[in-house]
Amino acid sequence: MAYVSRGFHGKRAKEREDARVPPGQYLTEDFPVLSAGPTPYTPLTDWSFTIETEAGQELKRWSWEAFRALPSEEVRVDISCVTKWTKLDTVWEGVAIDTLLEGIEHGATHAMAFSDGDYTTNVPLEDLLDGKAWVAFGYDGSPLEPEHGGPARLLVPHLYFWKSAKWVRGLRLMDHDEPGFWESYGYHIYGDPWREQRYAGD
Amino acid sequence: MARAAIRGRLSWTLGDVVEVIDETPRVRSIVLDVPEWPGHRAGQHVDVRLTAEDGYQAQRSYSIASAPEDERLSLTVEGLPDGEVSSYLVGELRAGDKLELRGPVGGYFVWESGMGGPLLLVAGGSGVVPLMSMLRHRRASVGSVGARLVYSSRSLEDVIYRDELERLASAEGGPEILHTLTRSQPPGWTGYARRVDADMLRETAWPASSMPSAFVCGPTPFVESVAAALVLLGYPPTSVKTERFGPTGG
Amino acid sequence: MDGDAMRLDGNAMAGMLGEVFVREMTGARVACGGCGAVEPVGAEHAYTQAPGVVMRCCHCDSVLLVVTQTEETYRVGLGRARWLEFAEGA
Repeated sequence: MAYVSRGFHGKRAKEREDARVPPGQYLTEDFPVLSAGPTPYTPLTDWSFTIETEAGQELKRWSWEAFRALPSEEVRVDISCVTKWTKLDTVWEGVAIDTLLEGIEHGATHAMAFSDGDYTTNVPLEDLLDGKAWVAFGYDGSPLEPEHGGPARLLVPHLYFWKSAKWVRGLRLMDHDEPGFWESYGYHIYGDPWREQRYAGD
Repeated sequence: MARAAIRGRLSWTLGDVVEVIDETPRVRSIVLDVPEWPGHRAGQHVDVRLTAEDGYQAQRSYSIASAPEDERLSLTVEGLPDGEVSSYLVGELRAGDKLELRGPVGGYFVWESGMGGPLLLVAGGSGVVPLMSMLRHRRASVGSVGARLVYSSRSLEDVIYRDELERLASAEGGPEILHTLTRSQPPGWTGYARRVDADMLRETAWPASSMPSAFVCGPTPFVESVAAALVLLGYPPTSVKTERFGPTGG
Repeated sequence: MDGDAMRLDGNAMAGMLGEVFVREMTGARVACGGCGAVEPVGAEHAYTQAPGVVMRCCHCDSVLLVVTQTEETYRVGLGRARWLEFAEGA
């Protein structure tokens, strides 16, 4: 191990024996802002969320008003970032992916979430359904801030948080799996924090 | 003082903390002896890594404050309110401790006396650190070019290296130092009292026709607005070198 | 915290790249495959608060390089950087 710095503890709030904290993670009270690029500021009048086929054909589209008119729910979840911080009991408001995919006929097994700023991430469809994922527009009782992915981000709390794509604008349905941004640069294709699937090959 | 043209791959090394110097209430310099230090160039920085007993690690970059000619390596660190690394370096680290570091690094944001000038240095807060290395190097060099430092601080007590800057400025051939104090000024203050803006630069910067080399360092928004203003004053973009410290200046 | 105020530049990647490349990287020039601009690595934008370090073109924001690091490996992801040029003796 590297040289241990006398008297250095870091700013972790607690030891990581808590059973809710996945292996290799540290608890944080903050909400760190991570980003791979500049913050997009798409005006709500220009914002839309679409479900597309692989070929780019639009199956469904919502404007911001239409999206906000959909039934939404408040959820309290723990989130884990691959950079090793975990935050417990985060409260979000969002529209379940189940609601968004309702009534759409497709043979897809996977989805690529795509965002403003050219960010993408892939998730198996079954990890987005049955109450496991949302498009979230509220955090901690307030509208989601741009640096945390507002106006809306994907929320898939059972996977590493890079899968919860900030500034999400839609899902491209696929009949196979394909790596998104971080996955194509060496991160794990699935990303289960409980199996510590951080990097490809883990 | 030697500069390796090509060096082996960088790796982490341990330096001995020889002295800590409180520069301002929030800023401390750390003087180190680093075995087999290869020398550095003014403007370069090091990466510092701290490891806790349970293996937790945190890493940050800090500019080298000392001149290449100085006997020992010196870093200057601003303690940030939420900074887990900076608060350790400014509050806990003491002479006798060791510090893990990697470097020196940087080849873009560097100045050597052979590179010419005149020099325009624009500093926001702790962005003055690499520029101080350049001024210290300039003092140690023979036949130096003209130099001006435009230095933005919150208040007089936040000015880092205040006495040394005064001594440099009053020496023959010394640089011109222009302070601006953005939050509070002492009674009788006649200097600038606002953030660096295009008008201030128009009044203080070398004219573009004198072919200056500009180095701008500090918080990201500061660096980006100053660099843009210099380009509008006619500085070729390639003559304005920038080093961003992030949201709060280090 | 403003995400854009967090933006750094290629200088912030110097240490990481210095462990991989023998030649100093911030003075190296990089050509953007998105807009064609050529700049020193030190002038390009770097986003370091991420699972890896993302270098983006300071003119058009195209992703040039993505450096990720596991316990044992460094990976330099090639984005839209067309070429890297190292001056002799730099």
